[in-house]
Amino acid sequence: MNVREKKERQSGEPCMIWDATLESLAWKSRGWEQVCRYQDLEPADSSMEEENETRKINNSFLRDHNYATEADIISTVEFNSTGELLATGDKGGRVVVFQREQESKTQPHRRGEYNVYSTFQSHEPEFDYLKSLEIEEKINKIKWLPQQNAAYFLLSTNDKTVKLWKISERDKRPEGYNLKDEDGRFRDPSTITTLRVPVLQPMDLMVEATARRVFSNAHTYHINSISVNSDLQTFISTDDLRVNLWNLEITDRSFNIVDIKPANMEELTEVITSAEFHPQQCHTFAYTSSKGCIRLCDMRQAALCDKHCKYFEEPEDPSTRSFFSEIISSISDVKFSHNGRYLMTRDYLTVKVWDLQMENKPLETYQVHDYLRGKLCSLYENDCIFDKFECVWNGSDSVIMTGSYNNFFRMFDRNTKRDVTLEASRENSKPRAILKPRKVCVGGKRRKDEISVDSLDFSKKILHTTWHPHENIIAVAATNNLYIFQDKVN
Amino acid sequence: MFPKGTKRKFSDSGEDPVCSGVQGPSASSAAARTLSSSYSLQRQSLLDMSLIKLQLCHMLVEPNLCRSVLIANTVRQIQEEMTQDGTWQIMTQALAAAQCPADRLVATEVLCRQTDAAAQAGQSPKPFSVSDLEEGYHSEEVVMDGDVETEVTMSSLSPVSPQLSSASYLAGPFGVAPCWEEEEEEGDCEEDEEEDSEECVSEGEEGEQDHLRADSRTGEQVFGTFEIKHPAPPPDPALEELFSDVDPSYYDLDTVLTGMQSTPKMGPYDLLESLSSHGPTALSSTSSCRSDLNELDHIMEIIVGS
Repeated sequence: MNVREKKERQSGEPCMIWDATLESLAWKSRGWEQVCRYQDLEPADSSMEEENETRKINNSFLRDHNYATEADIISTVEFNSTGELLATGDKGGRVVVFQREQESKTQPHRRGEYNVYSTFQSHEPEFDYLKSLEIEEKINKIKWLPQQNAAYFLLSTNDKTVKLWKISERDKRPEGYNLKDEDGRFRDPSTITTLRVPVLQPMDLMVEATARRVFSNAHTYHINSISVNSDLQTFISTDDLRVNLWNLEITDRSFNIVDIKPANMEELTEVITSAEFHPQQCHTFAYTSSKGCIRLCDMRQAALCDKHCKYFEEPEDPSTRSFFSEIISSISDVKFSHNGRYLMTRDYLTVKVWDLQMENKPLETYQVHDYLRGKLCSLYENDCIFDKFECVWNGSDSVIMTGSYNNFFRMFDRNTKRDVTLEASRENSKPRAILKPRKVCVGGKRRKDEISVDSLDFSKKILHTTWHPHENIIAVAATNNLYIFQDKVN
Repeated sequence: MFPKGTKRKFSDSGEDPVCSGVQGPSASSAAARTLSSSYSLQRQSLLDMSLIKLQLCHMLVEPNLCRSVLIANTVRQIQEEMTQDGTWQIMTQALAAAQCPADRLVATEVLCRQTDAAAQAGQSPKPFSVSDLEEGYHSEEVVMDGDVETEVTMSSLSPVSPQLSSASYLAGPFGVAPCWEEEEEEGDCEEDEEEDSEECVSEGEEGEQDHLRADSRTGEQVFGTFEIKHPAPPPDPALEELFSDVDPSYYDLDTVLTGMQSTPKMGPYDLLESLSSHGPTALSSTSSCRSDLNELDHIMEIIVGS
């Protein structure tokens, strides 16, 4: 964990203030700058244009498209536990892992960029013959396992199958065998008269990904989340109606720990939308529902955790009740804070921070895009109201971030109660340029750089974001583009 | 009379009455009359839109259960409110009187199965007596009391329901399937649909809180739908087989939902099937003019052909 010195705050100028222990990070950034942008996450053709020097982007992995192919749409992003690696999954079932460049001593102000480290096809489209339905290969979630040896492990899942991938490097090759002749055929053992011990010779770095475990056939409905337990031995996979507990070593058996499927499917009025393990307590997990409630469960109590230990729900505000009240209360993401004392939920219009000790109402509520409240009818018509936004904590749990429309994403500082809206777009940002805060004009007069609600592009939504575990580096997925931003340190 | 034909307007600029938390009118008959027409228009549009969305759930890829559940809950909520302010009764009565039942039937049909505690709190005269209902599934005749308009009996319908219910995965448009039965037995589809609507009304009134459950054992809900699971007489296997093939075929008929490229497959979720089954044709305004019998013939051809 990097420990930075305290920086003096100059009058009138926002600057970075870091607490030495990073426990309470009061964030007053100079601004967020774009580190790099990846589009389509594919290697470019060799006929690509020359690298533009002003863009500090690894151009070899850029392919300039005017259109976005469906398969390139990024469906999940996740930093690993050290922040060294960043994984993205896309709709085509591919996983692309980025690795941070080592910081160079000569240019300390230029922090490491992320370069493509490994690309592999995680899931393939499948066909369920029993139901005559196609199973999408889209990667719904990726979760890293903490590093325990030289290799990296991650779990990736589509709608039905979870896979454990091992990503390992190979930079040495044994050479010196005398068992084969030049054209590769094995020599006749009787012609071998000496024992030659092979020697490891360096080779070009090769990163290979292998599927070590495949956890399949345990979910009738679509998997919406996975979460690795703090015991590093088990994980849960959650679909619309059930939560299953797996051991990382055992693929042919999983335990169902939550089942909300009614005996009669016609009675179904609520589904599970996400679930997560507590970051420290290996027996505790939380799951959220489409009715806007959070249930905290203790696996020690019973094998089946249908009975919750704690039930978090905010009573509905009668003054804002409408036909869409239930839909917009549906929770799309839940995240425990790093310290394990809070959890955060995202519903359509707000982000809420809950204290685990207080069940009857959230500790804090942040309006993400309340100007959409009057547009719920249209958003229902074009299905945008069902968009599932994610939310994320920063490393010190002082700032939370979530996405919105028009490629906007929002950050809320829990301590200062300040918030900012930023935009991830090609047109408006050059690499290393500071992102300009954006503002949506709600009514009446629109100022010059404000954007009116009606001009928002609802096809450009930022659903997936992730924050580096220790530093102020964020990765934002905007359709088929991946943006990496870092705060600008003087 | 129905707002369906009128142009939908979403007053998103500024106030959107449906969304801005305006409560539905209180459950009094006077309130029903004072219900603002724009509010009820929007509510009706929302209802139609929701039903269409549910039908569009059927694609080659498995439908999104969360989305379907949320839409279904919205539909239920609208139906509850409409029942509360009496609009529901008006709609179903008008439906009964209407000569093109296929149009509206789907809407009421879907909602029929959703019962409401509030609706129990005595709305209009119950066409059915509860006791009759409990046995009514198998009895030949269910007497309707108090409702002059509905002089038709349910007799023709009763034998239909058990078979329909056994085919729990049946998703054919409700409005049409019983008509088949009718055609085979009585040849009067229209009458059947009227009966349906009346049934739906009573269903709405008698239901208890849990929607979409037609449990004949408790007699709480008029079957109204093929979702009912109740001890039925041994189903006619041929009939069941017919019904089981119905679903994809219906969507071929759909002129409204032309966006559907492939034969939609039923997902594993009964909920979706129950809610989204009703014929796209029923919501299509173009079908309203066709004679129901021709429609049935057409459907029969497809079924048999498949």
